[in-house]
Amino acid sequence: MAAVAEQVTSTGLRSASAGRNPWALAWRRLRRNRLALAALGLFLLLIVVCAAAPLYAHDVAHDGNVLGPNLNGTTIVHGKVVPVMQEGGGLLKLGETPIGPTWNLHHYFLGADNIGRDVAALLLYGGRASLQIGICSALLCCIVATIVALIAGFFGGLADAILSRLMDVIWAFPVYLLAISLATELLTHSNGIQIGFLHVSATSLWTPTVIIAFIYVPYVYRPVRGQVLSVAGKEFVEAAIAQGASNYRLIFSEILPNVVSTVIVLLPLMIATTILTESALSYLSVGVQPPNVSWGTIISDGQDLLYTRPWVSLAPGIMIVLTVLALNVLGDGVRDALDPRAKLRVR
Amino acid sequence: MLTFIIRRTLWTVVVMFVITVVVFFIFFKTPGVDPARALAGRNPSPQTLAEVRAQLGLNRPLVVQYGLMMKRIFITRNLVSYSDQGQLVIPEIFAAAPATLSLVFGAAIIWIVMAIVMGVAAARLRGRIYDPILMILALIGLSAPVFWIGQVANLITQGGLHNSVFSWVPPLGYTSFTVSPLHWFTGLVFPWITLSILYIGFYARVLRANLLEIQTEDYVRTARAKGLSEQRVLLRHTLRTSMITFVSLFGLDFGALVGGGAILTEVVFGIHGVGFLTWQALQNLDLPTIMAVVIYGAFFIVLMNALVDIAYAWLDPRVRPA
Repeated sequence: MAAVAEQVTSTGLRSASAGRNPWALAWRRLRRNRLALAALGLFLLLIVVCAAAPLYAHDVAHDGNVLGPNLNGTTIVHGKVVPVMQEGGGLLKLGETPIGPTWNLHHYFLGADNIGRDVAALLLYGGRASLQIGICSALLCCIVATIVALIAGFFGGLADAILSRLMDVIWAFPVYLLAISLATELLTHSNGIQIGFLHVSATSLWTPTVIIAFIYVPYVYRPVRGQVLSVAGKEFVEAAIAQGASNYRLIFSEILPNVVSTVIVLLPLMIATTILTESALSYLSVGVQPPNVSWGTIISDGQDLLYTRPWVSLAPGIMIVLTVLALNVLGDGVRDALDPRAKLRVR
Repeated sequence: MLTFIIRRTLWTVVVMFVITVVVFFIFFKTPGVDPARALAGRNPSPQTLAEVRAQLGLNRPLVVQYGLMMKRIFITRNLVSYSDQGQLVIPEIFAAAPATLSLVFGAAIIWIVMAIVMGVAAARLRGRIYDPILMILALIGLSAPVFWIGQVANLITQGGLHNSVFSWVPPLGYTSFTVSPLHWFTGLVFPWITLSILYIGFYARVLRANLLEIQTEDYVRTARAKGLSEQRVLLRHTLRTSMITFVSLFGLDFGALVGGGAILTEVVFGIHGVGFLTWQALQNLDLPTIMAVVIYGAFFIVLMNALVDIAYAWLDPRVRPA
């Protein structure tokens, strides 16, 4: 932990911190940052609320299925029974308009979408998908990027040259266009893809997760590889080599613990990025596929209802802004706590 | 410097080649995919399938198939869209480019000006309440999905207020500058603002951090010590140095936006640019169009990156390899 310890001494905490674990010190610094703590609290709250979606859905379900259409259903507004899909919406009095927000938690709080589903319940289910994809793809991306960076940075030479050039090629692609190409290709496999014994169906949430994780690998790889290179040249690694440590031990016991902080600094910012990317792909209809919903698909569906029932789009957008804002603030806090002198910046 | 340029150019060519190979494999060689079926659109007739197979030369060796595809895209430029038979893809992309360029150029001007104003203001007002307020605003800009901001903008300008305050905003869509400069401008004002919000947030944050870092440098202290005004120190010493980072970032983002990054803004505002074209192609799973856009977009980005690197090396000799 030499690298981290060095930074700790430079921040003038030496006397107070003698013998303390650097992670404990970082946690203590983070705890002092009220704004970052509030952001962490908000993010955890959003996860818990979305994870509890079935509880709320149980309350508002029609025919026991929240995600199915409810074109002929009714609901209660001010004690009166009214249809969910109302006749004669819009100027031309044509077609049906879903019911607007009732502001009653038990009956279409935020109104219905174009097939009569409860927007408030969709919001929670959509949040589950968005958060799951965002967190899983960011984790997957960071893990893969760290492994590749460790191999490239530690072994150097040919391995480094090949892996770094490979990352440069992925980096050169336009992010959204690469994701779109991969997604269209995977979505045209109506039977899903078979990788060895793993079967992923085309409509599975794992399809966007893997695609998003893949396209951001170079963005994590670059800073982590830099860190691996700098740590690998430090005296304590030379000392371990002099003691006859194996490559395995050098990588996992000496180098990895010193680059983990770099990855942890990047993680909240990566989750923010992956959540935004998921919503963008879903908006373009190549992300989450029906019958699943995510915040992005709700915004996409809400586009047709924008002028009559704006809340269908507004609500999931507000959720995304809250989540991503919390993650960005948390990311800044984590960076300041772990690495006060860092120059890492991720959008 | 010449060695650097040659080396960088060679690498650019290699990357472009690899990109075409990767795209070719993504669209034609994924195991289990029949490219003829995929290219022929949904539920093709057996006759169309046979035609497509013959057209693509699917019975020929892999290298020949790749060569034929590249010839179609770059030399003969007769790659045909499958959702609209007879529509040539490459001329379609070039016809859509002016709309994308108008959108990105305008947004770039707004985000450069606003980011410099916000970044400098936040750095100068450090320690006062305005700095955190500006930075929180920047962070909110970074956190909002651009297509959602677009929807909110549409809701405001095309919804209830369209008959009063925003009656000057034309309906969604793009009017060419040559048709009506006024409509071109009024139609693009909100797309420009929408697209620039993310970049204003990002650049203002980077600039502020950069300015604060440079302020501790010795040469800035020297400039102050010799009695230069605060304003002169800012303009001639600190801001000028941070412009190196700023310009290189700008080159990359500009390239990424023209190369396909503006797709979300184009879709939400109905601007018929390259991104909108891609989106329409997505709705029909029209793979030739998507493939051509990806290749052209990636080429543009690779080219911009090379230019940025060369400009950077020219400005700052330290990054040139020996």
